[in-house]
Amino acid sequence: MTDAAGTIEAEQNRNIRKRWLLSLPALLIILVAATGPLLIVLLYSFLAPGPYGDVQWLPSFDGWVGVFMEKDIFDGTFSLASAHVSIFMRSVMLSLVTTILTLLVGFPTAYFIATRPEKTRELWLFMITIPFWTNLLIRTFAILEVIRNEGLINGLLLKSGLIAKPIQMLFTDGAILTGMVYVYLPLMVLPLYASMEKLDFRLVEAGYDLYATPFRVLRKIIIPLVKPGIIAGSILVFIPALGAYVTPSILGGGKNMMLGNLIELQFGQGRNWPLGSALSITLMLIVMVALLVYVRNAGSQGSRHG
Amino acid sequence: MARAFSIRRQRGFTAIAITCFFALYLPIAVLVFYSFNAGESLASFDGISLRWFTKAFQNQQVIDASIRSLQIASVAAVVATIAATMAALATTRTEPYRGLTLKYAFINQPLMIPEIVTAVALLIFFARIKIWTGYSGLGYLIAAHTAFCIPFAYLPIRARLENMDLTLEKAAADLYATPWNAFRYVTLPLLWPGILAGFMLAFVISLDDVVITEFVKSAGQDTLPTYMLGQIRRSITPEMNAISTLFLLLSICVVTVFFIVNRKRV
Amino acid sequence: MKRITGILAVTAALLATTGLARAEGELNIYNWGNYTSPEMIKKFEDQYKVKVTITDYDSNDTALAKVRQGGSGFDMVVPSQNYIPIWISEGLFLETDPGKMENFGHVAKEWQNPEFDPGRKYTVPWAMGIVGTVVNTDVYKGDINTWGIIFDTPDELKGKVNVVPEMTDVIDAAVLYNGGKKCTGDLTVLKKVRDTLVKAKPNWVAMEYGTIQKMGSGDFAASSDWNGSAFRQRLANPAIKFGYPKEGYVNWSDNLAVLKDAKNVENAKLFQNFMMDPANAGMNSGFHRYANGIAGSSEFMPADMKGAPEINIPAEFAAVGVPSQTCPPEVQELYTKIWTELQK
Repeated sequence: MTDAAGTIEAEQNRNIRKRWLLSLPALLIILVAATGPLLIVLLYSFLAPGPYGDVQWLPSFDGWVGVFMEKDIFDGTFSLASAHVSIFMRSVMLSLVTTILTLLVGFPTAYFIATRPEKTRELWLFMITIPFWTNLLIRTFAILEVIRNEGLINGLLLKSGLIAKPIQMLFTDGAILTGMVYVYLPLMVLPLYASMEKLDFRLVEAGYDLYATPFRVLRKIIIPLVKPGIIAGSILVFIPALGAYVTPSILGGGKNMMLGNLIELQFGQGRNWPLGSALSITLMLIVMVALLVYVRNAGSQGSRHG
Repeated sequence: MARAFSIRRQRGFTAIAITCFFALYLPIAVLVFYSFNAGESLASFDGISLRWFTKAFQNQQVIDASIRSLQIASVAAVVATIAATMAALATTRTEPYRGLTLKYAFINQPLMIPEIVTAVALLIFFARIKIWTGYSGLGYLIAAHTAFCIPFAYLPIRARLENMDLTLEKAAADLYATPWNAFRYVTLPLLWPGILAGFMLAFVISLDDVVITEFVKSAGQDTLPTYMLGQIRRSITPEMNAISTLFLLLSICVVTVFFIVNRKRV
Repeated sequence: MKRITGILAVTAALLATTGLARAEGELNIYNWGNYTSPEMIKKFEDQYKVKVTITDYDSNDTALAKVRQGGSGFDMVVPSQNYIPIWISEGLFLETDPGKMENFGHVAKEWQNPEFDPGRKYTVPWAMGIVGTVVNTDVYKGDINTWGIIFDTPDELKGKVNVVPEMTDVIDAAVLYNGGKKCTGDLTVLKKVRDTLVKAKPNWVAMEYGTIQKMGSGDFAASSDWNGSAFRQRLANPAIKFGYPKEGYVNWSDNLAVLKDAKNVENAKLFQNFMMDPANAGMNSGFHRYANGIAGSSEFMPADMKGAPEINIPAEFAAVGVPSQTCPPEVQELYTKIWTELQK
């Protein structure tokens, strides 16, 4: 008995060792070229800013205090860093709405691709990514060309007589969201496709046999089955969108800062690397906790359905 | 049992998808159109000409930057996809084991921090290595790109793997297939759509990266995005559109070749 | 697997094509993007048999941070004058003494002994300009030589004004508009500055860089801008004029220096000397569209630049220009706070 138990345990250990070995290359690369160097940033967050950027090797908590509190430069009072809070909230809202919209557009698109005949699926998939071979800046400028007052859409509408004067689309929230959805679409569609492509339509058929409506089939069968794809897509859109600022500033006019701008300012003209470091570590911790909670909850729901 | 409708159909989905493709290619069409602009501007069209293509072909800096972008993106995407596939195999379809959650957070870490921060950290870290070893080649850029591409490749592959049936692999093992053969002939084909999706994402993400590249690059290592970043304070001319058009053309060639090769195999 | 091996082989081959043999002499210049005339570089390469490689940066801070960390292999850099004292005090420049070089006599008198590099021990002028206003005079007929365009926007321009988001430029302009001195730490002035900015912002449509494009297309009718950019806008639309704010404006210049850890010092010195030759400086100006501080170079500039009111400062406005300079760290901190509050 003990022997058998021992064998099973040894088998399990071997399995776990194999899994660690398999994930080793990815972990190593990330350790060397992403996460490891971040320790420098962590260290910097506890130092004093250098007079012209960089840091001085003096311990200081000013960076961390500056994340949450601000000293009014005119009356010297301390208060909650309201500027940081409002910039943070703006970025989170933008990311959230972008993620939801991308899902609403991306889900049907991925479904469409996944239900094409097998031979053409990869072609459709490529067609999603082809526009992204052009540079982000150029792509954003092209969107701008479409929605400007003298742009394509307004031009067509004016010519057709549907409107009398151009609709102001550029520099609006709508423009920012359109641009964001455009830019982040493949990040949603590709993972969705990856999990839909293997969708078992026998289950869908069973649903219809039980007289379910198409919407009920979608909600009760298809969505639970492709949940891993939805999770992956949402993560891939939401997190990078948090740091986005090129698209919002070109299409929205850039009058308000995004988190990305705020942090970049500290490493640039603001010359406050410790504050920049502390801000980004705060951001990373918030995102990481949110991600783990999200994946756990979504994941456990998924397995209940499965 | 024949049905009056296709069970695959969801009302409105096809319409949304077609609209989506249309919207995706509308700005691209505008972009291509302006690359043939005879004028200086991206905002007014002054007749058709090839001058910006000629200009792009004469601009050695742009040509070098384009080739460099493609080199980095291909190498980084290939390496990242291989590493991500292995990592995905190691972190799915298993009972929770110690360190699994940590591993998951770790693999996704490059996503979680604004690029500028990773960029500054890498600048400081790589500068030390550059001085210490005297090597300042493309290796640093490739390593950095590979690292931030891994989560983009990993998540689609993982999504594909999750709930993927173990029976076939078990059957293969029962038939005394070596683990490698079981992977090669059973798992890999099943996983292929995920790998392809992951690879394509990694490739375009690398192709588009500005901030990290800007901080990690050494002398003479501009990529197309950093070259364009340098121009944003000045003015962007249709030359950039011409280059983008060429990239689109290239992507279409790659897709075509991919499909011809695939047809032959089948 | 064949496919993957194939991909690997191709990528490896691609990789091998980089870093192949180069010319004998080399020179690595680290400069602002789209700022170096390729024609002029070709001339230098042919004249001295040197292979020049240009790498771009997009901000003074990025360039400073990268060079300070070291190891990137650049020989020369072209920072703005307000950053030059920082580069010098951090010991990043090599003292090449351009003041003693053969072509130094061509440098215009007023640029021979600048405050940021006394006696020209390190740097050679590259380009210089002004931060002012651009206005589409079809839309607004009033006085354009004032920061009031931006900070007390006339009704015709409301909702059509852009501000180029350069923190120091914008706050300096507001300081000058409120009668303060550049880099002031005076809190009463700065309080007025903050109020001016916060009150003005609702009249702006955007804060971004694309002025050449959007002034041309009519998306903007006015903006804060650099004179070289204003010049290109006027060429596209003669109604667009550059304003020299009477409250004062900042003069800036970018200057070419050799780095202490340069590997190709001799070629770099040759290039510094080369840049002070009026023919070469003029050729470069024809590309980047700014003045260059080399006397007699306008002869070698394109015809449209000669006598252009944006490039050649009219005498009546010359007096109110103030040189761009480094603000002390504590002032920079105040600027950053005002800037963050403005954009929160």
